[in-house]
Amino acid sequence: MELCGAKRLGYFGRSQFYIALKLVAVAQSGFPLRVESINTVKDLPLPRFVASKNEQESRHAASYSSDSENQGSYSGVIPPPPGRGQVKKGSISHDTVQPRTSADPQEPASPVVSPQQSPPTSPHTWRKHNRHPSGGNSERPLAGPGPFWSPFGEAQSGSSAGDAVWSGHSPPPPQENWVSFADTPPTSTLLTMHPASVQDQTTVRTVASATTANEIRRQSSSYDDPWKITDEQRQYYVNQFKTIQPDLNGFIPGSAAKEFFTKSKLPILELSHIWELSDFDKDGALTLDEFCAAFHLVVARKNGYDLPEKLPESLMPKLIDLEDSADVGDQPGEVGYSGSPAEAPPSKSPSMPSLNQTWPELNQSSEWETFSERSSSSQTLTQFDSNIAPADPDTAIVHPVPIRMTPSKIHMQEMELKRTGSDHTNPTSPLLVKPSDLSEENKINSSVKFASANTVGQQQAGVVAHPPAVPPRPQPSQAPGPAVHRPVDADGLVTHTSTSPQQIPEQPNFADFSQFEVFAASNVNEEQDDEAEKHPEVLSVEKASDPAGSLRVAKTDSKIEEKTAASAPANVSKGTTPLAPPPKPVRRRLKSEDELRPEVDEHTQKTGVLAAVLASQPSIPRSVGKDKKAIQASIRRNKETNTVLARLNSELQQQLKDVLEERISLEVQLEQLRPFSHL
Amino acid sequence: MAVCVAVIAKENYPLYIRSTPTENELKFHYMVHTSLDVVDEKVSAMGKALVDQRELYLGLLYPTEDYKVYGYVTNSKVKFVMVVDSSNTALRDNEIRSMFRKLHNSYTDVMCNPFYNPGDRIQSSGNLGISLSCRAFDTMVTSMMIQVC
Repeated sequence: MELCGAKRLGYFGRSQFYIALKLVAVAQSGFPLRVESINTVKDLPLPRFVASKNEQESRHAASYSSDSENQGSYSGVIPPPPGRGQVKKGSISHDTVQPRTSADPQEPASPVVSPQQSPPTSPHTWRKHNRHPSGGNSERPLAGPGPFWSPFGEAQSGSSAGDAVWSGHSPPPPQENWVSFADTPPTSTLLTMHPASVQDQTTVRTVASATTANEIRRQSSSYDDPWKITDEQRQYYVNQFKTIQPDLNGFIPGSAAKEFFTKSKLPILELSHIWELSDFDKDGALTLDEFCAAFHLVVARKNGYDLPEKLPESLMPKLIDLEDSADVGDQPGEVGYSGSPAEAPPSKSPSMPSLNQTWPELNQSSEWETFSERSSSSQTLTQFDSNIAPADPDTAIVHPVPIRMTPSKIHMQEMELKRTGSDHTNPTSPLLVKPSDLSEENKINSSVKFASANTVGQQQAGVVAHPPAVPPRPQPSQAPGPAVHRPVDADGLVTHTSTSPQQIPEQPNFADFSQFEVFAASNVNEEQDDEAEKHPEVLSVEKASDPAGSLRVAKTDSKIEEKTAASAPANVSKGTTPLAPPPKPVRRRLKSEDELRPEVDEHTQKTGVLAAVLASQPSIPRSVGKDKKAIQASIRRNKETNTVLARLNSELQQQLKDVLEERISLEVQLEQLRPFSHL
Repeated sequence: MAVCVAVIAKENYPLYIRSTPTENELKFHYMVHTSLDVVDEKVSAMGKALVDQRELYLGLLYPTEDYKVYGYVTNSKVKFVMVVDSSNTALRDNEIRSMFRKLHNSYTDVMCNPFYNPGDRIQSSGNLGISLSCRAFDTMVTSMMIQVC
């Protein structure tokens, strides 16, 4: 105790606490209790706080009377946890971690302050912070999983021991695990009941010494990131999750979570705050990730950490993980495809490296969706199988993408419209959009909602980037092409609108295969195949995207995204594309083939022109610089796409409003005509 | 540009009421209170309980010389009342609807928090933690008062 300097301060400050804990650990590990031992023995095992152990400790400490912490001053079995809890409360005011070692010099071997002094202070402080769970962890860094459990367990045991010491006040609380919040009430109750008992002081001392060491140790290791969940903690949280919800992929409903976290004795406001931080998707239920984040925040709060305003990075649930089908499951409903995300990512990722590196996330997600739609095309899959190179860094970026993917439907649609329009994008896209709007108003409504997503920008950028890239080269050919395309597309829209969404995917597949045949003939390069696939997808998506409903839009969007991403870099930069020249001609051919579908003649013309243009293109040497240019180009494209999409969005919203007004007027008329049946 | 936004619970007590502080707030409170009768009248006049967007939006409840009062009721009979300034260029009906939709969304976010008991006041001031969704709700209302959504 003297070492802790608690006497001097009159209560167990945090640093004293830490030192006390450390000394306890030292004592437990058999080292002589000295001030220096704290510093020298770095790898102190966590002090084991068990009721009996504490006794031993206290006796053990008592043997070291000199300048070692006077743990022996305990009159009896001193429950460390309660005292520690008290001390913690007292030291909770110290938010900053004080250097542990500095506490040592502070501790002159001062005579033990009168026992009456320390108990009053600590109980007072403790009572002030009574909200925090007694026996909970002190402001120990979260990095130490052991401390959490052991202190809590100690708290339990301590409280029980304390109860025993305290003349039969109440039955000792069952020694349970920390997480069993049910125990905390008895503990806190007990502690509340005996704040001023003499045992408190000893308790405080014991706890202080016991926990200080732990805290010291923990503090040193937790500076890196207090919000990071260690493996032990994570395992703990997962176990707790299982007690509530056996299915690890399932949800914990809000009510169950509320009960669980209420047991932590945190104030409701804080729990509400924690909930809002951790319920990432705002669905009123907690997934495993969200639950771990919430639990971690509770632990942090109990230790005295202030709650952040927004969720720390390390606690964010991984929304999109290519390998995590659960996340995919969240999206499919919106995306509207029953595709197999599992097979999509692997097949997509191979193609990604060959694609524009700047949009890995877009590509991944778009490929994802695309593949799900094209899962039937085994040819595609086989082609990619050999090139499975999951871009791990990309996956990290992926997680925002899926959310964007959902809105991408309409964006993809618009992107495709723009692609077809290229220079004529502006005039054509409204035209193309309008028919689809009229025909599939509902779908557009939903897709309009999606349009506001930020992913549009990226996708659109890709798309927009594509048209600018395309026009320069096949300008002459494209001029007639888009013009021809548009009427064809308009017709296609009319026809497509009538087609069911299921039919639409078939078209791309159909187109893809035709493209593949062409490609197979012309390309040997797998990379080219990838791009070829993308092109057919994009092109076919173009066709299909016009009439696309919301369901289709998602699929096509993903495809378009890929295509755009794939083709954009290839098409756009004559000097910036990292792609080899061969893919470009192939792409051109695909494109021209796609156009050939609606109009043979003009497409052949265009094809010729395109081929000529492509052939005239100098081969683009690959270099790192190209990537940068590609990135810049893609950024430019994204921005352009963004603006176009924004305009489309406003137009669609206006249409939506108009339609709603019509509906309202019709309903009013209906009601007027309806016989009065009320009142 | 709303000058007063109020959220009334099913039992007709206010969960949240906020007005631009320039005017006499009591007047707005009184207007909201009187509008509840109109809301009840419109709700009962609905007839069968169709649940669609239109029936949630009640429209103009009643106009006064300076203000217009719009109403919106949710499926759980929680009412949103909004008072707008008549001097503003008449806000389009769609804009009012969109404002109510945003209100509804923010209110749903507040509701989603299991620690929020339905029937509690939506207050964003707390001693320790500030409920994020309440704050978001507040912010949204502020934005509605500042600009036309």
